[in-house]
Amino acid sequence: MEKFTKLTGIAAPMPLVNIDTDMIIPKQFLKTIKRSGLGVNLFDEMRYDRNGNEIPDFVLNQPAYREAEILVAGDNFGCGSSREHAPWALKDFGIKCVISTSFADIFFNNCFKNGILPVVLPAEAVTYLMEDATKGANARLTVDLEEQTVTASDGKTFSFEVDPFRKHCLMNGLDDIGLSLEKVSAIDAYESRAKTQFPWL
Amino acid sequence: MTAPKTLYDKIWDAHVVDEADDGTCLLYIDRHLVHEVTSPQAFEGLRMASRKVRAPEKTIAVPDHNVPTTLGRENPDQMPEDSRIQVAALDKNAKDFGIHYYPVTDVRQGIVHIVGPEQGWTLPGMTVVCGDSHTATHGAFGALAHGIGTSEVEHVLATQTLIQKKSKNMKVEITGKLKPGVTAKDITLAVIGATGTAGGTGYVIEYCGEAIRDLSMEGRMTVCNMAIEGGARAGLIAPDEKTFEYVKGRPHAPKGAAFEAALSYWKTLFTDEGAHFDKVVTLKGEEIEPVVTWGTSPEDVLPISANVPAASDFTGGKVGAAQRSLDYMGLTPGMKLTDVKIDAVFIGSCTNGRIEDLRAAAAVLEGRKIAEGVRCMVVPGSGLVRAQAEEEGLADIFIAAGAEWRMAGCSMCLAMNPDQLAPEERCASTSNRNFEGRQGFKGRTHLMSPAMAAAAAVTGHLTDVREMMGEMA
Repeated sequence: MEKFTKLTGIAAPMPLVNIDTDMIIPKQFLKTIKRSGLGVNLFDEMRYDRNGNEIPDFVLNQPAYREAEILVAGDNFGCGSSREHAPWALKDFGIKCVISTSFADIFFNNCFKNGILPVVLPAEAVTYLMEDATKGANARLTVDLEEQTVTASDGKTFSFEVDPFRKHCLMNGLDDIGLSLEKVSAIDAYESRAKTQFPWL
Repeated sequence: MTAPKTLYDKIWDAHVVDEADDGTCLLYIDRHLVHEVTSPQAFEGLRMASRKVRAPEKTIAVPDHNVPTTLGRENPDQMPEDSRIQVAALDKNAKDFGIHYYPVTDVRQGIVHIVGPEQGWTLPGMTVVCGDSHTATHGAFGALAHGIGTSEVEHVLATQTLIQKKSKNMKVEITGKLKPGVTAKDITLAVIGATGTAGGTGYVIEYCGEAIRDLSMEGRMTVCNMAIEGGARAGLIAPDEKTFEYVKGRPHAPKGAAFEAALSYWKTLFTDEGAHFDKVVTLKGEEIEPVVTWGTSPEDVLPISANVPAASDFTGGKVGAAQRSLDYMGLTPGMKLTDVKIDAVFIGSCTNGRIEDLRAAAAVLEGRKIAEGVRCMVVPGSGLVRAQAEEEGLADIFIAAGAEWRMAGCSMCLAMNPDQLAPEERCASTSNRNFEGRQGFKGRTHLMSPAMAAAAAVTGHLTDVREMMGEMA
């Protein structure tokens, strides 16, 4: 997995609340058996018309935001389905960090597995950063995972919380499966215990 | 004396393999359900790392999201190439890794969350995961069940565990009795209407109270199925005699002495007196009305007797979202919900594709005709549900009413196969999500119970099923 340490980049504002995974990547793109190549279809139904032409008003189609690496979004971002295609599409487009007041549980987990940092901040902070993001490419945010801070273009800094284990994995690009397999003796021990305790399983 | 525990605490504690100092746990997974859409990249990951499936006997696969629901679908030409490749990948992965598999030609094939309980793979006290958010369904058995992403699917395949931190405990109590015409679907939508789609974020919900106890196992599955729509990691209902009776005799349920041993453990699976809940929500069962959704979030719930709201009825970020929903749905604030005309009806899904759901819809449709210009699709949740509905004469009722009687699959719930709405087509749907584009590009979805959807099919507009119940025998 790609490491995430510190990022300075363009932030795109998406103030809509409850942006769901069907919006992030509609189901017709879930038929792939690969992880890559989904960026072109990120937010497909908001981004393109029926003929595949870009809708100019959509934020990521505007010249200032085409290279965005950060999204500042409304409450409950990523609600809906478990599709990891949502973070795959974000990552493939180039988004490495999403900032919101809240995230849906499965999407939040999926981000960490793909080198994307979801940052939870209070409503006032998200509103401030959202306004900053509307300034376009001139307003670059800095997200520092080590320091756990987001810094606005005017230097105003907000601190965020992150689970220490997840921070460690993200900063070092660690593969979960490799880490868990180091505990294989504990898994073996659990299985033999369960065989006695829950013999019907 | 040990501190009183919730049902969630008990199941969690029984599955901790390892706990780090910061509370990060390795949790053992008893059942892993797999479908064709969220698994190919996970199996590819295993192959690339030369890893095996650690417990193939605990892993069950079935194609459901992509499969056509038309007769003669075993002919692969019925599927577009990308769907065919995905289903073929699952065929191959199931064979290569030696996991239980129900191919599309097997009568037991169906929606993964209907097949699991039907075949007795889902048992009380288990941990159950699947790369699908509606895994919450299995919580109806008092199993800790939740959706995971594809990286986690790969993790479970390789290690039979998940890296997890414990969620908080939330209690949702539905007191008293439901009124006639009010169903499990109305309960679960009413709860989301009350708590919002993020109200359960960070929690595992335990549903309890008289109205929940009174539900059948199938009704309980409907309630737990939509826990995810309220943002919760999982929904749970403590097992009781109904649960044990449902499980007994299923193909993969324990038999004989093993069943008795299991039963004595299952009877310990309840929340202890005085156990702590971090959040409590209580609704009165008798105050719940048949409900429908008006917008594009499952929290946009109103009683069928209500009027379409205005954006100005909301506050904060919801004002803009409500306006966007009204525009998308093509609705005018103030209009009666019962005046909303529909073009299509979808009866099916992991929320409402079981036999009792089909019975409820058939009870409304019996002796009636689907309104002119309305297309109604009935999609059983599994091949066995389909067979039973045919045996009970329900299929004849659907066909006589003018509905399409389909083969099992996810179908128009997420419209990955050809079962889709056309732009601006409006659907009365028994599924679980009314998101923009969910049932087809620019399609408009109103969520409701099977009986309510059947009533809408007959009148051609959203309808209070209770008005038709007087005429029902």
